[in-house]
Amino acid sequence: MKKIDKERLLLGIAAPVLAIVVAFLVTALVLAATGKEPFSAFGIMFDYGMKSDSQVYILNKATTYYLAGLAVAVGFRMNLFNIGVDGQYRLAAFFAAAVGGALTLPGALQIPLIILTAVIVGAMWAGIAGVLKVTRGVSEVVSTIMLNAIATAIIGYLLQQGRLGHLDEAGTKISTNPIPESSHFFEFPTTPSPVWGFIVIAVVAGVAYWFTLSRTRFGFDLRTVGQSGSAAEASGVDVKKMVVTSMLISGAVAGLVGMPTLLNDSYEYSGDFPVGIGFTGIAIALLGRNHPVGIALGALLWGFLERGTGKLEFEGYDKEIVGVIQGVIVLCVVIAYEVVRRYGLKRQQSKVGAELAAQAAARNNDQQEVSA
Amino acid sequence: MRRVSKITAACAVTATLALTASACGESSTESSGSDKGKMKIGMAYDVGGRGDNSFNDSAARGLDKAKSEFGAETKELTAKTGETPADREQRLESLAEGGYNPVVAVGFAYKDAVDKVAAKYPKVNFGLVDSVATAKNVDSIVFTEEQGSYLAGVAAALKSKDGQVGFIGGVDLPLIKKFAAGFQQGVLDTNPKAKVQIQYLSTGSDLSGFGSPDKGSAAAKGMLDKGADVIFAAAGGSGAGSIEAVAGKKGAWSIGVDSDQALDPSLAKYKDTIMTSVVKNVDGGVYDLVKSVKDGKPLTGTQTYTLAKDGVSLTTTGDHIKDIQTKLDEAKKKIADGTIKVKTTT
Repeated sequence: MKKIDKERLLLGIAAPVLAIVVAFLVTALVLAATGKEPFSAFGIMFDYGMKSDSQVYILNKATTYYLAGLAVAVGFRMNLFNIGVDGQYRLAAFFAAAVGGALTLPGALQIPLIILTAVIVGAMWAGIAGVLKVTRGVSEVVSTIMLNAIATAIIGYLLQQGRLGHLDEAGTKISTNPIPESSHFFEFPTTPSPVWGFIVIAVVAGVAYWFTLSRTRFGFDLRTVGQSGSAAEASGVDVKKMVVTSMLISGAVAGLVGMPTLLNDSYEYSGDFPVGIGFTGIAIALLGRNHPVGIALGALLWGFLERGTGKLEFEGYDKEIVGVIQGVIVLCVVIAYEVVRRYGLKRQQSKVGAELAAQAAARNNDQQEVSA
Repeated sequence: MRRVSKITAACAVTATLALTASACGESSTESSGSDKGKMKIGMAYDVGGRGDNSFNDSAARGLDKAKSEFGAETKELTAKTGETPADREQRLESLAEGGYNPVVAVGFAYKDAVDKVAAKYPKVNFGLVDSVATAKNVDSIVFTEEQGSYLAGVAAALKSKDGQVGFIGGVDLPLIKKFAAGFQQGVLDTNPKAKVQIQYLSTGSDLSGFGSPDKGSAAAKGMLDKGADVIFAAAGGSGAGSIEAVAGKKGAWSIGVDSDQALDPSLAKYKDTIMTSVVKNVDGGVYDLVKSVKDGKPLTGTQTYTLAKDGVSLTTTGDHIKDIQTKLDEAKKKIADGTIKVKTTT
């Protein structure tokens, strides 16, 4: 029993490692094709990525990416493709920023209130897609991607002078009222720059994800529905309820995605609030195989690659190269998982076959002995 | 159970290690040294960067001029879409740390980043285009876009046959609304009976309106169908679509933005229908800052590049506005002496 686990673990690790190695090889080829020496580029990236301020940057970036990966993974486990994490986190962060900027409660009250607002808004926005799916049979892929566009329009409408936005004195930047200093999230006073305190929430979310999925009846039902809806239904699971619930959870986690930036960095929602993290989350969930630890590693890798870009650009490399690495990694991951899965399956089959053959041989022997 | 808890424990330990490790070790900024003597200019562009045919390019022209004049060394970095404020700070910091002085940030998105980084590097001079910073060692370079647009409005009203004109904004950002407000006021002050159609191609954080010539073309066609015969497009790359659509209607004029679009090689086919362009002298602002640093008297505070100081102006390529130049000069004078106050919001 224990041996099989070890083997599965090895196979599980083999896929992402294979993918990353292949991705770097492909990138090396691309770099060589552009007339640059590839290994010095990797050298620069690793060298720079290991510096202490890079570590802080990577951890802070990974906090956001981790939450995005988790939000997508909740859906994936249920066989739901929530492309709408992007709209969900932006809408959630926007309303959270508006609430945070409007109130001046003590931080101990206001911070949870801001986070709660984000979670609820995110959940409601994703819930729309869930309800549409179970009542009208609308594919969540279609509805969530459309809800992204609607979220953009709603924010665009409300983030105006006289509504929820205010113009800065130069008249060029529009943002929500800044969140009062008492409601800024805590930071770890590391040098040279602080690590965002929100990393704690991200870790808690990861543990909660792991616990819920693998240690509760609900998680079991969720995974069952993900693997076979009809089988789950036959065993007494209310599939419709599960679809809506898991969309709500996915959206709630998505609501947290904007919080590290809002509560530890920008303290307001303006036109330049980061966009597109929901899509990064999809790549990271794929990379991490929906596993809480895997997603964390994926998020850290993503942060590392982005940190490296800045330096590469500074050293005169094309900054697009990291986009190439990221794209190739995702492609390689999908391919590598399939390759490893097939290899594992084949191995299992041959093993089972060998065991059966051995059993049959043993039986034959027995029979021969009896007959003898 | 046991296996999983082991993994959890292992990852908890790794995470803790990673956290503690971040507090020690060498910082990337400690190892780099800065050499003195040669002037080093750092530029941080907004999304699009050099080659956007718009304001990043205009800033780049200022940089190129300063570079050749002072024999300076330059480093240009460009923003990506989907950045966090931390990324922008990082970019400015790497320039400041690399010994670049001045460091110029192009675009209002850099405001908070400039404030933070400028406070951290009090000896470095920063420039910020299109916004006003609060830190002391920053030269805030802002333009009165509404004044240039007012003149464009005057020209549009005079050139339009029946007073029907259109304004196409890329995205409904406050900056673009300044263009709209000035244009509308200029048109209505010149011809109170005129009608101004205003349309934005996208809203809020959806910046696609700056890069979709198809949307620009569709919007322009709609306005032309409703009878407009002069269209001012302040829409970045989408403006090309509008200019193309306008060229399809006989007697209709388009007004360009940011750079002299009649000289843009990709629009050469339509240059006879481009009446004028409202240009922002970002290059001048950048050059002024670099020169002031070179002279040892770095500019700080807010430098407002107005119409009176040629910070914004109308181009005259093709001499299409020659016949109305006296009226334009009159309006310009009134704006300069304060008789006309141009609004910044519609």
